[in-house]
Amino acid sequence: MEKFISVNTTAVPLPNEDVDTDQIIPARFLKATTREGFGDNLFCDWRYQPDGAAKTDFVLNNPLYQGQILVAGKNFGCGSSREHAAWALADYGFRVVVSSFFADIFKGNALNNGLLPVQVSPAFLHDLFTAIETDPASRFSVDLEQQTISIDRTGASETFPIDPFRKVCLLNGYDDLDYLLSLREQIATWEQQQPFSITAATLTP
Amino acid sequence: MSKTLFDKIWDAHIVTTAEGGQDVLYIDRHFIHEVTSPQAFTGLRQRGIPVFRPVQTIATADHNVPTQNQHLPIVEPLSRSQVEKLTENCAEFGVELYGLGHPYQGIVHVIGPELGITQPGQTIVCGDSHTSTHGAFGAIAFGIGTSQVEQVLATQCLLQKRPLRMRITVDGQLAPGVLSKDIILYIIAQLGAAGGTGYFVEYAGSAIRALSMEARMTICNMSIEMGARGGLIAPDNTTFEYLRGREFAPAGADFDAAVAQWQHLFSDADAVFDREYQFRAEDIAPMITYGTNPGMGIRVSETVPEAPAAGDSLASFSKSLDYMGFRPGERLIGKSVGYVFIGSCTNSRIEDLRLVARFVQGKQKASSVQAFIVPGSQQVARQAKAEGLDQVFVAAGFEFREPGCSACLGMNEDKVPAGEYCVSTSNRNFEGRQGPGARTILASPLTAAAAAVTGTIVDVRDFDLEN
Ligand code: SF4
Repeated sequence: MEKFISVNTTAVPLPNEDVDTDQIIPARFLKATTREGFGDNLFCDWRYQPDGAAKTDFVLNNPLYQGQILVAGKNFGCGSSREHAAWALADYGFRVVVSSFFADIFKGNALNNGLLPVQVSPAFLHDLFTAIETDPASRFSVDLEQQTISIDRTGASETFPIDPFRKVCLLNGYDDLDYLLSLREQIATWEQQQPFSITAATLTP
Repeated sequence: MSKTLFDKIWDAHIVTTAEGGQDVLYIDRHFIHEVTSPQAFTGLRQRGIPVFRPVQTIATADHNVPTQNQHLPIVEPLSRSQVEKLTENCAEFGVELYGLGHPYQGIVHVIGPELGITQPGQTIVCGDSHTSTHGAFGAIAFGIGTSQVEQVLATQCLLQKRPLRMRITVDGQLAPGVLSKDIILYIIAQLGAAGGTGYFVEYAGSAIRALSMEARMTICNMSIEMGARGGLIAPDNTTFEYLRGREFAPAGADFDAAVAQWQHLFSDADAVFDREYQFRAEDIAPMITYGTNPGMGIRVSETVPEAPAAGDSLASFSKSLDYMGFRPGERLIGKSVGYVFIGSCTNSRIEDLRLVARFVQGKQKASSVQAFIVPGSQQVARQAKAEGLDQVFVAAGFEFREPGCSACLGMNEDKVPAGEYCVSTSNRNFEGRQGPGARTILASPLTAAAAAVTGTIVDVRDFDLEN
């Protein structure tokens, strides 16, 4: 996994609430068997007409808005568990998604892919949208070590929560699996100590 | 110390607790399907590691499969290659596969319970958010992403933060024509599409206790639609009797021993929940959704709200109604619908099909409607045929298809055309869920069957439900 330390970039606003993973990456694009290439179909049905022409009113098609930060309305990433949503956002080039509220599974999937979900207060989210609206070239800094997000022009800043273990993983580019693999012997011992067989026997008809 | 059911199961599965407080949670049962597993197997291959406990993972092909001519090769090349990839991966890593053509094949959340693989007290995961379904047996069951599928394959464990606990109690008696689907649509409409985020929900109360296992599964299935990771119901005699005699359930003396253990699975009387809600079954009526998330639900007899719920933005509310072609304050009864879909892991089990058959027997589908019924599994399909339900459906003008996820998410050919309304027994009414531009109205199997018969949104209580 790629390390995440900090970013300083412009941001793309998507004020819609309850953006579900079916919008982030529609189901018909889930047929790939690799992790790559999902960015092309990110927000496909909001981004393109059925004939493939770009919908000019969608923010990703507006050259004014660029950057590695997506600022989104509350309850971002609800719905399906498809990790393809996180892959699509990361593949497109986003490193941070900011919202006032994230769906659980999406948040976990994002963290497992080096995409940082930054949860801010509704008031600060509003300030972020205002800053982008006032000047699409506004820059924002996200510092994982300090757990802060700030608006460069005004200096306004807010801290965001992150699980300490996840933070260390992201800062170092480790994932959960590296840690879990180191426990395999301990897991096998734990299995032996369980009162019932939870393994082979019960899955044989 | 008194504990909730959730905590009893969670605590029994902690291998160790990592620095920072996350638990290494042992997973008893792991289900996989073709869409969210290929990249996980690739990861194992890249690291050169085997599946740690292959017998605890069960695979099936469901999302991509056609619902007609399943005996023929899949026509769509990408779907075919994904299903083939699953077959190759399972063979290479020694995982049991109930793929196309297997008598146990079906939607992953239908087959686990019906085969008795899902049991009380277990931890169960799958790369699929509706894994919450299995919680109906008093298990901790939740959906995971593909990286986590890889973690479970590699170590049979996940690193998890303990969620908060919520209890939703529904007491009282449901009126005729009101089903468990209406209970859960009602609850989600009350709490909102994010009302359960961060929580694991226990459903309790006399109205829940009175439900069959299949009806309980419908409720737990949709826990994710209010943002909760999962939902569970304490096991009782209904649970035990459902499991007795199933293929992978314990048998004979083992079954009795298992029941003796399962009987300890309940929340202690003074257990504390982080949040509690109480509802009355008498307040619940047949429900439908009017918007583009499952929290946008109303009693079918009500009108579309004039304004968004407190805390929701007007822009999102208006965008949603525009997509659906509905106006604030509008009454939906009498609106024409072109499609009816009865299926999905929410409502495709034999009881759902029996209910629909009993309702449509002697009636005819409206000629303006395309109505199809997709059983949840091969076993459900066989049972329906053995009972002659398929004949009833066909006589009433419904198509009876072969098992799979089908139009629930339209990864196969089964899609609803742009702009068309579909009354669907599935669980998500997101934009484009049933096909680009499709407009989904979620409802119970009875409300869906009634819509097929009248060609409109209708209150099923207007029919004589006694016969
Ligand atoms: S039926 Fe629908 S919700 Fe259920 S597993 Fe299949 S796609 Fe997911």
